[in-house]
Amino acid sequence: MYTQALNTSDADDRHIEDAARAAAFQARIDAEERIEPNDWMPAAYRRTLTRQISQHAHSEVVGMLPEGNWITRAPSLRRKAALLAKVQDECGHGLYLYAAAETLGASREELVDLMLAGKAKYSSIFNYPTLTWADIGVIGWLVDGAAIMNQIPLCRCSYGPYARAMIRVCKEESFHQRQGYEIMLTLARGTDEQKAMAQDALNRWWWPVLMMFGPPDQASQHSDTSTKWKIKRFSNDELRQKFVDATVPQAQYLGLTIPDPGMKQNEAGHWEYSAIDWDEFKQVLAGNGPCNHDRMAARRKAHDEGAWVREAAEAYAEKRRHRQTAQAAE
Amino acid sequence: MATPNTPLWEVFIRSRNGLAHKHVGSLHASDATMALQAARDLYTRRGEGLSIWVVPSSAITASDPADKGMMFEPAESKIYRHPTFYEVPDEVGHM
Repeated sequence: MYTQALNTSDADDRHIEDAARAAAFQARIDAEERIEPNDWMPAAYRRTLTRQISQHAHSEVVGMLPEGNWITRAPSLRRKAALLAKVQDECGHGLYLYAAAETLGASREELVDLMLAGKAKYSSIFNYPTLTWADIGVIGWLVDGAAIMNQIPLCRCSYGPYARAMIRVCKEESFHQRQGYEIMLTLARGTDEQKAMAQDALNRWWWPVLMMFGPPDQASQHSDTSTKWKIKRFSNDELRQKFVDATVPQAQYLGLTIPDPGMKQNEAGHWEYSAIDWDEFKQVLAGNGPCNHDRMAARRKAHDEGAWVREAAEAYAEKRRHRQTAQAAE
Repeated sequence: MATPNTPLWEVFIRSRNGLAHKHVGSLHASDATMALQAARDLYTRRGEGLSIWVVPSSAITASDPADKGMMFEPAESKIYRHPTFYEVPDEVGHM
């Protein structure tokens, strides 16, 4: 499960909303009430959520690609079974999320078409390649770990269907992180070569993982609206810090080094990390990451090659409907 | 070309015998058989259920949130429908 804080809110058309309804809506949010699909909501709230939830869904689906790359090459049957189950879960998470997005009035097909047309974002992290088996360990440990940090607060998001989908996802996510850490632990306790492979994977993924929490708070334009609507409960930097603090001791236990020589623990016990290369983040979001092209090509190919299955299923259902109507008429 | 829409279904699962089916989510499928198979794959990967119902979403009639007052307020003002409304002396014991 991979949400990413690259979502911005639309606050621009609130003036045209009925002020009284908007005030009543905000009062419900402030009282920690959940908003349900048929309730009145500001158009910008609907749009913000549709975009955030659908991006989240796209990320789950694209997230299957880097890991799927290693299913056939997993080093043992145990690892293969676990990886296959994890990739299935990611697909399931995508589907729960599309269903949540649909309660806001968009259709899944429409949302998927936007993604395939390159008009919708997905998490930047999946535009990095999985070069070795250790990358599968790091994805479970850190990518899923970062996603869990992001998603736990979303279980209390003001929009009921999104919050419920997140509860289900978070329950399933814990296995993903633990299996990743177990892979890392096995490599870290292995031969020198295996340990070097684990360190290399950590070196390559560390900074992209920190970017998953989204731009720094000063640069995050509309997150105050999302905060006001209780879609977002913690800022990007707060979540990033929580993640770093939780991860450093885990890396120490593995005997691996976080690739940030400037990192130090402050008096409050928090680990201060060095400056993040936000130009790289922007480049990847703009489509210039190492795998953007491959990921989109793989999604389009899968969608196109599945078209005949959708058509056949629909034709069969149509035939059955005709037969039933004919029998009823007899 | 826009992808054509596939019908939406609501999924209900009974977690153990003796408990009622509970709504767990929705999914898309062309027909009821495929909806059941997809519900199995999507909602019972970890032994969540022993029985599944799938219902076309279009078959559900829902109450309007705007009618909430009219629909549910009358029940709230009738506290005499609850056992705690009535006073029974302690000496009588549990009733």
